[in-house]
Amino acid sequence: MSFPKVRVPYLLLLPGFAFLFTFFILPIINLAQTSTQTPIAGGDTGQYEQTLAFSNYIQAFVDNKEQFGRSFVYATLATIFALAIAYPLAYAIAFKSGKFKNILLVLVVAPFFTSFLLRTIAWKQILGEEGFVVPGLRALNIIGQQTTLTSTSVAVVAGMTYNFLPFMTLPLYASLERIDPRTIEAAGDLYANGLTAFRRVTVPLSLPGVVAGTLLTFIPAAGDYVNAAILGSPNTKMIGNVIESRYFKIVDYPTAAALSFTLMAAILILVTLYIRKAGTEELV
Amino acid sequence: MSKDPITARGDLRLTRITKSYGDFTAVDDLTLTIPKGSFFALLGPSGCGKTTTLRMVAGLEEPTVGSIHLGDTDITTTRPYQRPINTVFQNYALFPHLTIFENIAFGLRRRGIKDVKEQVDKVLNLVELPHLAERKPTQLSGGQQQRIALARAIVNRPALLLLDEPLGALDLKLRRQMQIELKWIQREVGLTFVHVTHDQEEAMTMADTIAVMNEGKIEQMGSPADLYDNPKTAFVANFLGQSNLIKGKIDGNDGDNLVVDLYGQKISMPKKRSHAVDNSLYAGIRPEKFRISRLGTPVKGNILTGGHIEDVSYIGVSTQYVVAMPWGQEVMVFEQNDDGVAPFDKGDEVNISWEPTFTFGLRGDEDIEAGTEVNPEELEEE
Amino acid sequence: MSQKIKDASIPTIPFKARFSRWFGRNLLRIYMLFGFTYLFIPVAYTFVFSFNDSGKSNLIWKGFTLNNWQNPCGAPEVCNALGNSIKIGLLATIFSTILGTMIAFAIGRYKFKGRSSSNLLIFLPMATPEIVLGASLLSLFLVFKINPGFWPTVIAHVVFCISFVVVTVKARIASLDPRLEQAAMDLYANELETFRKVTLPLVAPGIAGAALLAFSLSFDDFIITNFNSGTLITFPKFVYVSAARGIPAQANVIGSAMFFLALAIVIAGQLVKRKKTR
Repeated sequence: MSFPKVRVPYLLLLPGFAFLFTFFILPIINLAQTSTQTPIAGGDTGQYEQTLAFSNYIQAFVDNKEQFGRSFVYATLATIFALAIAYPLAYAIAFKSGKFKNILLVLVVAPFFTSFLLRTIAWKQILGEEGFVVPGLRALNIIGQQTTLTSTSVAVVAGMTYNFLPFMTLPLYASLERIDPRTIEAAGDLYANGLTAFRRVTVPLSLPGVVAGTLLTFIPAAGDYVNAAILGSPNTKMIGNVIESRYFKIVDYPTAAALSFTLMAAILILVTLYIRKAGTEELV
Repeated sequence: MSKDPITARGDLRLTRITKSYGDFTAVDDLTLTIPKGSFFALLGPSGCGKTTTLRMVAGLEEPTVGSIHLGDTDITTTRPYQRPINTVFQNYALFPHLTIFENIAFGLRRRGIKDVKEQVDKVLNLVELPHLAERKPTQLSGGQQQRIALARAIVNRPALLLLDEPLGALDLKLRRQMQIELKWIQREVGLTFVHVTHDQEEAMTMADTIAVMNEGKIEQMGSPADLYDNPKTAFVANFLGQSNLIKGKIDGNDGDNLVVDLYGQKISMPKKRSHAVDNSLYAGIRPEKFRISRLGTPVKGNILTGGHIEDVSYIGVSTQYVVAMPWGQEVMVFEQNDDGVAPFDKGDEVNISWEPTFTFGLRGDEDIEAGTEVNPEELEEE
Repeated sequence: MSQKIKDASIPTIPFKARFSRWFGRNLLRIYMLFGFTYLFIPVAYTFVFSFNDSGKSNLIWKGFTLNNWQNPCGAPEVCNALGNSIKIGLLATIFSTILGTMIAFAIGRYKFKGRSSSNLLIFLPMATPEIVLGASLLSLFLVFKINPGFWPTVIAHVVFCISFVVVTVKARIASLDPRLEQAAMDLYANELETFRKVTLPLVAPGIAGAALLAFSLSFDDFIITNFNSGTLITFPKFVYVSAARGIPAQANVIGSAMFFLALAIVIAGQLVKRKKTR
């Protein structure tokens, strides 16, 4: 509307933005500061001074490049798998579910409400030594007697895929649902077979959902450490596990801060490149 | 003279209104008076500024320059809710969360009117939908929603009722029916209606006065018959119905008539129907005013010879001919099918004739294509 | 389809072809069934093991009992943790919904200088991994000598919930036809009345949805909570900490109960919506 009440939007923004500035921007700035501190000589554990030690970054990265690499590989794989699983699911809900659409949509979100930790631990127990899957598969000789399903990188990626699936499905559904089915029929009318119509019409039109869904999956997946902690082994540690232990076990705040900052920067750069490439700025 | 704008009554006067959005001028120095009690139509293609004009009257936009008066009260900058003006919106804008009753009662309640129930019932009876009071808008058909939108506006007895393409979303048959009903309701309640539309037939059916707008300006204003019979500009001639515009030169006087030379053939037309400013002029004749005759048949009035039938379309009540004239122009002729058969065939050599008084004269420097088609790139306003 | 009598003149389609056609047409539906099964296996597992007569460690099935459901506070830490989670969730929901809705109205309803940078500020917390959000806030609290605990956790939850509230409410505002507000003004409602009688009721479902989302995000959060809660135990934290030595079956009871409660709320909401539009 075109009312010249210039101040209204700013007044509306003020409390929220003051809050976000204090508890989001300031902490990030503070994190940047912490990341270049070094321990005080002769001080207690957890006492640091500002020395602008950018070498912290190099040290932190060199020491943990394996975990960094793992984080991005796992997160990428989980994102791809989640997309592969969620796309047909969202498509089916949007176009093939008739009057059950709303109920099915609720069901996608419903597992959320059982704590994701409980569900992850449930997977661990289902697929673990005491569960019924592994002994069954061993008895049928599908997997070897020594093979386990948990404590592997496969289990970690599978757990992340499972946990972030609703984040992928919902945006996909939202953009698929907006497609007028007649445009797909029109493609068929214009000599596109089912696959071509899908490739040339459905996929491009659902692109905003794909972008939003992959971001909502990739970002938390890259910073996750819970799946790795529950379903993985020391060999599947991700950068999140390192940051967590630097904070709570080793009390090495500068390194933890440097790692956090590197992770955030890497994700922001990737996300920006990705959004540019996908050409959808509007999802923000 | 009243101070509170909400009680203002009288003619609506727009004085030298201009509305610009950046570089784009939607309404350009518009002056207009709409008499109290009339059914007034603002007609024009999309992007002509008619909706912007309406929104300024409603108070949803403020003019960049100029003033709006209702009677003696200046309402140029008055807020929408302080004006005794109500609008029937294009998509009706019925509140989806309220029942039909509450939708209609909305304005009454805001103004603190006492006998809400009685008034709502009355207006529901007027639009013949009393049984829908407890429904929600989504449960109504398009035509029903249209009537409720109208009821919601007129229940307030505004000084002015604005209709923004109110029939645009209805199918043709329902449209015709609603046009008649709207006209009837306007007489019944005696309000001033200002109707914005791009549909010339709708404007002509309903309005007593039509203002044809183009590019932010009023091209011509008058009764439907005036505009049709004696358009002043090529835009009006083409936008309201169809016209044959033939280039000519004024060759002299003959009493109250002008003698005009059309490609070497002399015709005459009434002086007062010419809007030419110099010797050059376009002679305008509506297709149904032409008569076609075979060579050698004696005819009255103006005659142009040397044509031949280029195309024949039989459409029931009439037959439409395209006649190619010797100077290369094709003219349209509509002949009533009084005798039941199409008497001319493609290729026939014919003359065309008409009564001189049906001729209108446009300035010779006009763009004769103006108003024939709407440029799709012209943006819809808002 | 309903024709009972076989007409010999109608060629019958062989079973195999019929099956493959049926399969082709219902492939997506079959897929959907598998998808939902996958989503619900751990939920079902959690539910089943809430009836396990397990004693301390709920790892192996030892027999059916209703004890856990009749006595969900049998493991007192569970109920304590749940109480904290609910308190934190409610407070975080209230604050983030109020702040986020205000921002959503500002961005969704007005054109102003700095609108796109406002959008960016809303996007950033969503693009920041939880661990960074949690760690950075913890660092800030430590600098100001604020001990992690209840309120730091609430604040942390508000930070990450706000963006989701803004996005949800903004979407609802964007889908509002501006003509409805104009119609209200046209019908003698001033700005405040227009907001109260038309805008707010129409945006309300979006706000309710946002609040529900905020609560479930807060209730289920572990990573940020873990950084900022200090010794305070929330439900997810309790589950995580006790995972190593076995989670008491009461936790399964809570998880399952939350699931059914939320499902009931959402379905009730849907029913109310349907009744309203009939």
